[in-house]
Amino acid sequence: MKLLTHNMLTSHVKGVTKGYPLIIKATEVKVNELEFNAQFVSRMIPKLEWNALIQAAEWLGRSQDLPSTLIPNYENDEEFLHKVHRILLEVEVIEGCLQCPESGREFPISKGVPNMLLIEDE
Amino acid sequence: MKLKELESCLQQVDGFEEPKIQLEQYPTSPHIAGCMLYTIHNTFDDIQNKLVADLGCGCGVLSVGAAVLDAGLCVGFDIDEDALDIFKGNVEDFELSNIDTVQCDVCSIGSSYAKKFDTVIMNPPFGTKHNQGIDMQFLRTAISMASTAVYSLHKTSTRDHIQKKANDWKVKMEVIAELRYDLPASYKFHKKKSVDIQVDFIRFTPT
Repeated sequence: MKLLTHNMLTSHVKGVTKGYPLIIKATEVKVNELEFNAQFVSRMIPKLEWNALIQAAEWLGRSQDLPSTLIPNYENDEEFLHKVHRILLEVEVIEGCLQCPESGREFPISKGVPNMLLIEDE
Repeated sequence: MKLKELESCLQQVDGFEEPKIQLEQYPTSPHIAGCMLYTIHNTFDDIQNKLVADLGCGCGVLSVGAAVLDAGLCVGFDIDEDALDIFKGNVEDFELSNIDTVQCDVCSIGSSYAKKFDTVIMNPPFGTKHNQGIDMQFLRTAISMASTAVYSLHKTSTRDHIQKKANDWKVKMEVIAELRYDLPASYKFHKKKSVDIQVDFIRFTPT
């Protein structure tokens, strides 16, 4: 599970009003290299919940001096874009779980795939 | 990449080992997947450097194709763990890093991913196995997720019904091609050797 994907995931447990962001508890993390494309990264940034990304990076121990708020003119800052590329697209959670911040319900991540399926009465 | 090369590449994608009939698991043939992806990429430029979602990805033939065509990232969504295991195997075989997967029920996604993706591609279940209406649920979800376009396959016989829904949902519908989906006998109850189903390859865009 990449952090770009994590940034979009929410918990839909019954009764939960804000199941976001899901707390990452990782037991195995991998870095999988992916070709850098400045345009793609720049375009993804405005779609992100930036705070959730910063938190996710912290949970993985990889804050790497990412700013807590977006710098203006980030589209032209190659170094910044490279940092974002790395955390968003190259770091992958292979094993662990995602925890709903409100209900505490845990969604397992196994072989890199988060399982968001809920049982009947959830 | 030429269409023939893409098809040939997709022939290497592993399919379902034990397809689950109630989930309508049929592989999308390399030919159909190739045609779809080739058009989406060359005619509409909706794959390269785009954030793509593949709903009901199964073993991932469409996702692998999108990744090979340089999608920025392609995320596959499916309910079945076994299919996703095969999907992972395919991703490893092809050594692709621009793919991710989520196990979930597409019908329960709702609007969680509203407009987050540039493009959604899919070959949804048609609703032939006690799951009538599932194709429209998939379509509704896909439309909410995509900011640019949804590309999907639907039975030609349902075209008018889909057009009505598209109008209700205020989306533009364009039948790009009519394809014959050749389904070889894959389940024990299949009496014929293979069957041709006429399907529409459709592009949906917000008005």
